[in-house]
Amino acid sequence: MKNQNEISDIQNSNSTLHTPNSKRYLFDTPRNVKALLGCFYASLLILLIIELFLHKHPHFAWEAWPEFYAVYGFVACVVLVVAAKYILRPLVKRREDYYD
Amino acid sequence: MTDPLPPVILFIAGALLVPFFKGKWKAGLLLLIPVLGFINLIRMQEGTCWVVPFLDYRLIFGRVDRLSLLFGYIFHIISFIAILYALHVKDDIQHMAGLVYAGSALGAVFSGDLFSFFVFWEMLTVSSIFLIWARRTEASLAAGFRYLLVHAAGGLCLLAGIVLHVNQTGSIELGYLGLNGPGSYLIFFGFGLNCAWPILHPWLTDAYPEATITGTIFLSAFTTKVAVYALARAFPGTEALIWIGAVMTAFPIFYAVIENDLRRVLAYSLINQVGFMVCGIGIGTALAINGAICHAFNDILFKALLFMSMGAVMYRTGKINGTDLGGLYRTMPFTCIFCMVGAASISAFPLFSGFVSKSMVMDAAAAGHMRIIWFMLLFASAGVFHHAGIKIPYFAFFSHDAGLRPKEAPVHMLLAMGIAAFLSVFIGVYPAPLYSLLPYPVEYVPYTAPHVLGQTQLLFFSALAFTLLLLSGIYPAEMRAINLDADWFYRKGGRLFYRAMARTLNPLNEACERLFVTGFIKDIAHLSKDLIARLSLFVMVSLWILTGWRGERLRMKKTNLYEDIMGGICPVGLGAAAGTGFLVLVFVLMKYF
Repeated sequence: MKNQNEISDIQNSNSTLHTPNSKRYLFDTPRNVKALLGCFYASLLILLIIELFLHKHPHFAWEAWPEFYAVYGFVACVVLVVAAKYILRPLVKRREDYYD
Repeated sequence: MTDPLPPVILFIAGALLVPFFKGKWKAGLLLLIPVLGFINLIRMQEGTCWVVPFLDYRLIFGRVDRLSLLFGYIFHIISFIAILYALHVKDDIQHMAGLVYAGSALGAVFSGDLFSFFVFWEMLTVSSIFLIWARRTEASLAAGFRYLLVHAAGGLCLLAGIVLHVNQTGSIELGYLGLNGPGSYLIFFGFGLNCAWPILHPWLTDAYPEATITGTIFLSAFTTKVAVYALARAFPGTEALIWIGAVMTAFPIFYAVIENDLRRVLAYSLINQVGFMVCGIGIGTALAINGAICHAFNDILFKALLFMSMGAVMYRTGKINGTDLGGLYRTMPFTCIFCMVGAASISAFPLFSGFVSKSMVMDAAAAGHMRIIWFMLLFASAGVFHHAGIKIPYFAFFSHDAGLRPKEAPVHMLLAMGIAAFLSVFIGVYPAPLYSLLPYPVEYVPYTAPHVLGQTQLLFFSALAFTLLLLSGIYPAEMRAINLDADWFYRKGGRLFYRAMARTLNPLNEACERLFVTGFIKDIAHLSKDLIARLSLFVMVSLWILTGWRGERLRMKKTNLYEDIMGGICPVGLGAAAGTGFLVLVFVLMKYF
């Protein structure tokens, strides 16, 4: 239930909001998206290779393991998303009017 | 030139002047206040000033040292940015609340005693509530009331702690307290509530996304950071904080992944970032405290930047849910870039501000051989990139095309975002000036090859995880839903309590009314109407029967007597006789019963 002040807080001019023009933007072209993903994958590879030539001085033994941070970052995020989606969401998700 | 003033006075005086200015003059006044405040601040000398005797105590409004000065600097900077961002707002209440709120935060960090600190602490709550209510929706009103109740409870807890502490030690100085005795535990808990510790946190994720677009910028900067300051002042090196902080960094990111309201995602990531600070304060070494304070400084900037970019999106489109947004990079490119700078900073990318501060806390944990803590912090570092670093910009500005073609954000908003973005990059590239302001001398070098590479790998491979999960469709779709959090206990619990009270107290109330109001009182009234007449009849009729009156004459005498007494017209002798008879009766009753 929004009143006048709430609406004035938001500049919602619907006439200008939904005017998809014919202009093609940067990522409307699949080729650009592919190029971006390509650069991304290439930089991942470069990061993995650089590590082999780097002298490390770790606090913990496992920091010296090859590609520790890369593996940890990847695994951590997969665990995070899977846990949030399959454990947390079924537990806590309710309809939007749950408290009303 | 005059001596410096307490910063809080400048801000409150400025707030009181706001209604008297219009248009451009008002904008000028609003921007002038933090600028004047900053000039005032850099003229302040380290030491103790503005001491006011109060009863047997000394109230200190100016305890100026490196810790309070650093918070003073950032609070002025962020006030300027937030005010600039809010210049379009016509509602004076919001401007005034924002200024008083910023002033209270400054008052709190410069106060050297527990009494004045407590007063500013409560002013923070009271002024910030108007930034929530100013949205003027039912949801914001309700969230504001919950915010107020939770903070009132926390404030009372703090007050009780202060009273116990002063009673125990006789000192009202706000210095190192440590956990010793019930008073300090209550103070600790009171600070923790404003710090959004786990389970105590839902006031933040509940209320901040319901505040006004511009109010959230103020909110994200002050309450939690004053609490961080208070913990750094009173409880550095308290071991419990290490674990509390580590849990704070980890649990909100799960919620952030499934949350739909993008400002609520940022609210969860705010808790996550404050977790790093709390953890650093708990570790308590010079490196850790430096890291915590440095991170507070940076977090205020990049969190405000993220909230501002989402605010600009909301201002132009009226939408904030991930389900409704997407593809805005097309027409809001500057906002998109600023958002990505904020995202890179919070994710601690090399060359952005988060990198030079978050790693100090991580290194302090490693130096203390805290393996589990270190793993939790590293997990949170990867996770924060995931939800704040990628999810926010991706769902708002890229993702599917929601068909929205709003205008770019207004100039003053872009300027505010630009300043915050510039500072985030500047600190990331050249951290030396900020390091030189930290409470302890800094020997830390953030830019070593293994550190840069390790962090970059961590972030890029969590980005890879995001990409693959998204392409494979495993990434949880944004859904219109709410996610239960610890506020369930008081939102549902409060309702349950209300119902239970209604079920037990209302019938009790009704029963009492039946018994006393409509029953007992009525009987008394009925009885006392002709009590005297009945008593007189009882006495007189007994007398008359004894003296031989019978039949019709007796009945007539009875009727006459009753009417005379009710009408108040009986002869004096009869009245006296009735009175005496009554007294005799009372005497007999008292004597024998």
